[in-house]
Amino acid sequence: MASLTREELRDLYRYLLLTRGLEERLERLFKQGQIVGGLYRSLGQEATAVASAFVLDDGDWLSPSIRDMGALLVRGLHPREVLLQYMAREGSLCGGKDNTTHFTIPELGLLGPISPLGTQLCVLNGVALAFRLRGEPRVCMTYQGDGASRTGASHEGLNFAAVQRLPVIVILEHNRWAFATRSEREAAVEDWVDVAAAYGVPAASVDGNDVLAVYDAAREAVERARRGEGMTLIVAETYRMIGHAQHDPQHYVPKEELLEWRGRDPLARFQSYLLESGFESRAALAVVKEGVRRLLDTAVDDALAALMPEPEEALAGTFAGDAAAVPWTRRTHVYPDLAHSAMPS
Amino acid sequence: MTIETREASGQDTRSHFKETTYLEAIREAMWEEMKTDPAVFIMGEDVGAYGGAFKVTEGFLDEFGSSRVIDTPISEAAIVGAAIGVAHMGFKPIVEMQFIDFIAPAFDMIVNFAAKVRYRTGVGASLVIRGPCGGGAHSGPFHSQNVESYFANVAGLKMVAPATARDAKGLLRAAIRDPDPVLYFEHKFLYRRVKEMLPTDEEILVPLGVARTHRTGSDLTIVTYGAMVHKAADAAERIAEEDGAQIEILDLRTLRPLDSEAIIQSVRRTGRVLIVHEAPRFGGFAGEITAQLCEEAFEFLDAPIRRVTALDTPIPYSPPLEDYYLPQTDDIVKASRWLLAY
Ligand SMILES: Cc1ncc(C[n+]2csc(CCOP(=O)(O)OP(=O)(O)O)c2C)c(N)n1
Ligand SMILES: [Mg+2]
Repeated sequence: MASLTREELRDLYRYLLLTRGLEERLERLFKQGQIVGGLYRSLGQEATAVASAFVLDDGDWLSPSIRDMGALLVRGLHPREVLLQYMAREGSLCGGKDNTTHFTIPELGLLGPISPLGTQLCVLNGVALAFRLRGEPRVCMTYQGDGASRTGASHEGLNFAAVQRLPVIVILEHNRWAFATRSEREAAVEDWVDVAAAYGVPAASVDGNDVLAVYDAAREAVERARRGEGMTLIVAETYRMIGHAQHDPQHYVPKEELLEWRGRDPLARFQSYLLESGFESRAALAVVKEGVRRLLDTAVDDALAALMPEPEEALAGTFAGDAAAVPWTRRTHVYPDLAHSAMPS
Repeated sequence: MTIETREASGQDTRSHFKETTYLEAIREAMWEEMKTDPAVFIMGEDVGAYGGAFKVTEGFLDEFGSSRVIDTPISEAAIVGAAIGVAHMGFKPIVEMQFIDFIAPAFDMIVNFAAKVRYRTGVGASLVIRGPCGGGAHSGPFHSQNVESYFANVAGLKMVAPATARDAKGLLRAAIRDPDPVLYFEHKFLYRRVKEMLPTDEEILVPLGVARTHRTGSDLTIVTYGAMVHKAADAAERIAEEDGAQIEILDLRTLRPLDSEAIIQSVRRTGRVLIVHEAPRFGGFAGEITAQLCEEAFEFLDAPIRRVTALDTPIPYSPPLEDYYLPQTDDIVKASRWLLAY
């Protein structure tokens, strides 16, 4: 059972609130046409990302999937940075060149995924390899959806990490859906933790909506990895409480199922736990809530005030050092002066 | 944009015509082929109950059942591999990539298995891999790509990129019936923007490998395909109005086999050529077309060959960056004027 201090418990609560609150702001901004591209939420799954990332130390690395906003916040990302990124503004984490959680920030130990699913694990394995080559007791953590875990890249990545005994913790988010496809149609296993057997690695199945259960499982896995005993696969049993993205009204999801899982909301559960166990008073939690609200208000205001990037910024950055574009990336060719004929006006 | 096709103009035969979007045209081609040929079926991610990410296969599951509209795991290599195998057995699978960008995990299956299997073994694979390509929706580097050049250097693949609803329908029908692997690139920006009056009582079949003159003109040829056909048409209209010059637009429709003859004939007539594509410049189709023209039409050229293409960078996400990256009508106008003045 987790031996967390009162401050740590309060932090966990704060991150859960921050995650949900930030995504609610994002959704509002999306409806106002301020978000560029699609918007994916982690509603109902926040505990998995928050509590697992909470176990990591500075110097560890993490690679999020699309529903791991909580992990990014725990790693130290400011909500304003998230908002700027999702609004494709000037100075945002990818400078407007890529979207969602696709940024890599070495100082925060964040490896940005790409959209093609399953790929980021393979790359994170390389980060873990570097730790081992340097003899550093650092670890890597990543997340993959039940759907993403069925890609060839994911299988290769899991196997590579297992055989190389890399310090990697893979958290498989069994949220029952991959877009509109049921997880039963993604894998034929009955219990998703069984997939670990194929790789010969230790595994744990955990209630992904239970902050402390996730924390405990992640902690055990992180300690094992730090001791040099290789990877662990953690299956977080959870549920995607909202459509795949904002455009998806999830008509295909049975109402009863949603209702059932609404009763297991991770934020409500953790709040009850804190109150019932006497760790926190209602008044203390209200203070946390107010702090989060204010932080988000300011973050939204700041982000809305930011400009869009200058068009020419598209030219830079394909290769190292080409702040100015290399010649062949010119948008339209330079047209030599036609000395012998007048240009039509 | 609304495209008036020849059939729709003037004639009082409206009862036989129906307004059809580019997306509906794709649906209809699959629907009608599945109705008439039990060997045709669909595989892909979320194509069944959800009807596909862009709803291209909406209603197919109800009509054809789950044995012919197969929801698969997120395993593109396995999907294409299975398509090759089932094609060996006489079926005609249509594989949907949720976004054409996700064809990448299936690259090995496509370039090494599907493309080479007939040449190596004499046993072919009749299959279609289709999916939404192209930018303009601010979707970032992984939901906007044009992938044709990745495959251009691989013998054994046919490639199609329709610009109109009529061609979307007719080319898909031809692709399904084709005995070899066909990559079918449907531009997501055109899905609901292109609307045409299409006949309901006539089978639309457009043979692979034949280009189409989208607009006739004698002063300059623009060779293009896909969404760029429409930007080229806008540019041509502007130039006709403002400069009085007439631009011919050749819509390639099929990229492989390339209708070289049509390109060469048009350029021999106009003496000037601009090649426009949405894919990046380096290694793009414009390079190959330029080389063919140098070989076959050099003496007919009155001006250098020019290209308008995307930048040689990944496709950026933020709207000002993406707009800058993509070829725009203004770019085509500018390049055309330069060529016309040369
Ligand atoms: C290789 C690849 N194929 C298809 C897609 C399109 N796609 C994006 S998310 C998604 C479903 C993901 O489901 P899952 O991995 O379970 O994650 P969840 O959305 O449930 O968190 C699909 C099919 C993709 N991103 N990458
Ligand atoms: Mg899932």
